[in-house]
Amino acid sequence: MNSTNTRSSGRRGTIRRRGRRRRVSLTPYLFLLPGMLLFLSWTVYPLLKAFQISLYDWNPIPGLASPFVGIHNYTRAFNDPIFWLALRNTLMYTVVTVAGQMLLGLTVALLVDRVTFGRTAFRTVYYLPVVTSWVVVSILFKYLFNSSPAGLVNYLLVDVLHLLPDYVRWLSNANTSWVAIMSLGIWKGIGWNMVIFLAALQGIPTELYEVAAIDGASGWQRLWRITLPLIRPTIVFVLVMLVIGGFQAFISIYLITGGGPMQRTEVLLSYMYNQGFKYLDFGYGAALSYLLAALIFGISFTQMHFLQRRIEY
Amino acid sequence: MSDRIRQRLGQTLLVLVLGMGALAVALPFIYMISTSLKGQVYVFEFPPRFIPSHPTLNNFVSAWQSNNFGRYFLNSLLVALVTTVLELLLSSTVAYAFARFEFPGKSVLYYTLLATLMVPGMMLIIPQFILASRLKLLNSLTGLILVYTAGGTAFNTFLLRGFFEQLPRELEEAALIDGGNYLTVFFRILLPLSTPALATVAIFTFLGAWDEYVWALTTINEPLKRTLPIAIANFHGTHASDWGLVFAGSLIAIVPVLIVFVLLQKYFIKGLTAGAVKG
Repeated sequence: MNSTNTRSSGRRGTIRRRGRRRRVSLTPYLFLLPGMLLFLSWTVYPLLKAFQISLYDWNPIPGLASPFVGIHNYTRAFNDPIFWLALRNTLMYTVVTVAGQMLLGLTVALLVDRVTFGRTAFRTVYYLPVVTSWVVVSILFKYLFNSSPAGLVNYLLVDVLHLLPDYVRWLSNANTSWVAIMSLGIWKGIGWNMVIFLAALQGIPTELYEVAAIDGASGWQRLWRITLPLIRPTIVFVLVMLVIGGFQAFISIYLITGGGPMQRTEVLLSYMYNQGFKYLDFGYGAALSYLLAALIFGISFTQMHFLQRRIEY
Repeated sequence: MSDRIRQRLGQTLLVLVLGMGALAVALPFIYMISTSLKGQVYVFEFPPRFIPSHPTLNNFVSAWQSNNFGRYFLNSLLVALVTTVLELLLSSTVAYAFARFEFPGKSVLYYTLLATLMVPGMMLIIPQFILASRLKLLNSLTGLILVYTAGGTAFNTFLLRGFFEQLPRELEEAALIDGGNYLTVFFRILLPLSTPALATVAIFTFLGAWDEYVWALTTINEPLKRTLPIAIANFHGTHASDWGLVFAGSLIAIVPVLIVFVLLQKYFIKGLTAGAVKG
C-alpha cells in the first residue's frame, strides 16, 4: 500500500519536474496552513502553555507578577486531601459506569442482533440518550431524583415498586448523589456501547455459529467460546474509550451537585475547573490538568499493552 | 413445526425484553415532555402523571417569547453552522496534504496531530482562556467558533485522511496532466467523491458545537451572546422550580438534534464505528 503510494507520487513528480519544481514543494504547505494555524494556536500552544502556567503561582491579572514556584503546584496536589478525594471519586465513577455501560450495552447488542422485528426502532430508542446534550440530561436527572415525593425516582421506587420504605433525599448526601450521577452516566452510554458492539457482532462469520450448533454447543458456550473471544478487540477498544471518558466526567457533576455537598462529590475535572475559574488559581488548576492527562495516558497505555492481542479468523 | 413455534416464542420474548428496556431508557424523555406541557401548579402534583391533566403550550411560548430563547437559538445555530463549514474546509485541506503529498516535516506534524487526540479537551481550558482574553475573544461567538473548529481538527483530519487514501488517484492525476491545478482537483474531484465522509464530519461537528457547554460557560458573560446550553443551564438556575419552562427550553434545543439523528442515522453509525471495528 505504502510502496504504491510513493511510486505513483514519484511518477507524478517526474512528470512535473521540468520547470514546475518549486510549486510541488510549496503546495502541501498551502493546504496545511489554515487548519494547522488554528490547530497549533488553540491546541499545541495551550498544551505547552498549560505546563508553563503549572510552574507558576500564576496571576490572572495581566501586568501583575507571577512568581515561579517550580513543582510546588504538583507537590501541593499530593498533599491536598480534596485532590485525593477527587481522584478516588473519579476512579469510582469510572469503574462503576464503565462496567454498567459495557454490560448493559453488550446485552442489548446481543439481543438487538437476534431480533427480527423492529430492530431499527429499538436501536434508535436506545441511542437517543447518546445524542442528547449533557446539559439537558443532567438537569433532567436532577429533576427525576428530586426529593419531594413527586420526584419520579422516589415515586417509582417507593409507591410503585415498593423497593424502598421511604423517600430518599438523593442529592443532599454524597453517597446517594452518586447514585443519581452514575445512573445518568450509565443510561447515557448504553446506546454508544450497543452500536459499537453491534457492528462487531455483525462482523462475525455466521458459519462459525452453524458449525458450533452442529457440534451441539449451547447458547452460553457459543457466547463464551465464539462471540466474546472474537469481539475481544472491540471490547478492548470500548474499554479504553470509556475509561478515558469516565476520567473526563464533568458536566453531570457540575450541574447536579456542583461537587457538593462539602466537596464530597468533586471529581478531578470539577476540582480543576473550580480551582481555575472559581478561585482563579490558574497555576494549581493547570497542574491538576497535567496530572489528569498523565493519569489518562498511563492508564490507556497500560490497558492497551495488557489487553490488546491480535485476533485472526 | 415445533421448531418454528419455538422460534416464534423466542422472538416474542426478545421483543418483550427489548421493549421493556427501551421503555426504561425512554422514560426520562417521556417524563420531560409531559412536564414541559404542564402548568406550574401541576409540576409537583402527586402522584406524578405522565399524561398531563391540563396540557398547555404556555411553557414553550414563554420560553421563546419572554425569555429570549429565539436569540439563543439563533446564536447556537450560527455558531454551529459556521463551525461546521470551517471544520469541513480546514480539516479536509489538511487531510488532503497528508494523503497526497510528501514533504519535509510531514510525519512530525501528523504525529503531533495524533498525539493530541489523547489529550482531554478540558485540560486546555485555562491557557485557552488566557489566549482568548489576549485576543479579545472573550464574550464573542467568534471565540467559540475558533475553539470548536480547532478542537475537531485532529480527529477529522485523521478520519478524512483515511478516507482520501482509499480513493483511486487516477482521476486526480489525469486532471493534473490535463492542466488542472491542485485546488481544482481538490474541490472538483476529491471532495465530491468524499461526500459520505464529509457528511459524517459535518454531523458530528454540528452537534458538538450545538451542545458545547464548558467553553461557552467560561467565556460568555453577556446575556445576548449566550448559546442554548448556557441558556438552559442558567434557566435552571434562575427558574429553579419552574421545571416546565426549563424542559420546554430543553426540548427546543434537542428536537433539531433528534431530527438530524433520525434522518441521518446511517452516517452516525458509520462515523462511530469508523475507528472501532477493524476486521
